[in-house]
Amino acid sequence: MIDFTPFVLSFKLAFLTTLILFVVALPYAWWLSQSQGKYKPLLEALTALPIVLPPSVLGFYLLVVFAPNSPVGHFIESLFGMKLVFTFTGLVVASCFYSLPFMVQPLQNGFESLNRHMIEASYLAGKSPWQTLRYVALPNIKPSLMTALIITFAHTVGEFGVVLMVGGSIPGETKVASVAIYELVEVMEYGTAHIYAAMLLGLSFLVLLTVYVYNHRRKNRLGMVV
Amino acid sequence: MIKMALQKDLHGSEGLMTLSVKQSVNRGDFIVIMGESGAGKSTLLRMLAGLEAAKGFVEVDGEVWQDEKNRLPIQQRSVGFVFQDFALFDNMSVKENLTFVSPDNPLAEELLEIMEIEKLRDRSVLLLSGGQKQRVALARALMRRPKLLLMDEPLSSLDPRMRHKLSEKIKELHERFGMTTLMVSHDVAEAKRLATRLWFVENAEVTEYPLDYLESLEYG
Repeated sequence: MIDFTPFVLSFKLAFLTTLILFVVALPYAWWLSQSQGKYKPLLEALTALPIVLPPSVLGFYLLVVFAPNSPVGHFIESLFGMKLVFTFTGLVVASCFYSLPFMVQPLQNGFESLNRHMIEASYLAGKSPWQTLRYVALPNIKPSLMTALIITFAHTVGEFGVVLMVGGSIPGETKVASVAIYELVEVMEYGTAHIYAAMLLGLSFLVLLTVYVYNHRRKNRLGMVV
Repeated sequence: MIKMALQKDLHGSEGLMTLSVKQSVNRGDFIVIMGESGAGKSTLLRMLAGLEAAKGFVEVDGEVWQDEKNRLPIQQRSVGFVFQDFALFDNMSVKENLTFVSPDNPLAEELLEIMEIEKLRDRSVLLLSGGQKQRVALARALMRRPKLLLMDEPLSSLDPRMRHKLSEKIKELHERFGMTTLMVSHDVAEAKRLATRLWFVENAEVTEYPLDYLESLEYG
């Protein structure tokens, strides 16, 4: 009997990460898209770091910062009673750092591609930046929103290095699908590894296909209109 | 009564220049603003609306919109603005574009009727022609019953027949709602139909010309 717990963990992790990142990244991406401040490039570079950084490097630093004997780790543990090393909660926090650019960048690009005058028309209608985001900007970047949500989810399901560094491989707690595959190969259980790997492959492909089909259809629909 | 004395540094066609405006506008004026591309006509409208920062002073009916210390936010200025590219809210229907600005349903219906787009009220604005879009944009600009209507080349992307028809509509709205209007235009015939005053933006300054000057433009 195949144990699907690692998949359940992977999806739970991806779902929570996507949810948290959506809430955090939406106002941030909106602010970035509207900002012309001199610190914007600095923030953009920091946000994009997880794309270029080896996951082991990011994982290493997070491990150091989360450790109970570090100031941050100690602070979080004494304030919230939360341990972030080798726990599922720690995985969620680490994943939020790791997947941040995958949520922020599509949203920011979407907002920046909107007609500037449409945003201004909303301000001229007396609407606050927040109302403008909710009722004008967000409904007009649906393909970008879809991309951001799905890519963040898929990217979190696919993470390996960061998870291994911060979470280790505790069954039922931090042993997600990608880590499980690695361990199965190590002990030469290729049969189960094949099944896990095929499932991840199929799923990743389906996710990407969904995004492209959605955006393609939408483009065609608008194409007919114009 | 609107009083303005504004300065703004601009990168114009001949390098850096300081656009300066010192004018006053009376209630009911229809001012057509002409001048070469890049002279700063749009910037003038945008400064009044609060869309662009500028140094100086703006007062509208005794209310200070801007002085050395304070600038009234865009949201609190009683301005209707019509963009050249319509800038409608693409995710909304025709009527929603109006009621998003203000939930005043009778006014929305009245404006739809004046603009002859009442049959399109539930249609997505993505499905409209250019002329229809600009009718919606005009109606939307009046939904807050603004003191000041600012229009940045509202008709220049339309064909001549539609321009003529819509300029009549603009005239009707201006009179019916007792508006004070500033409109940027390149079209002499349009200016002759609508203007009660004529401004030219040239050499980084805004100068008033007599309306007769339009005749010389037309035949010169």
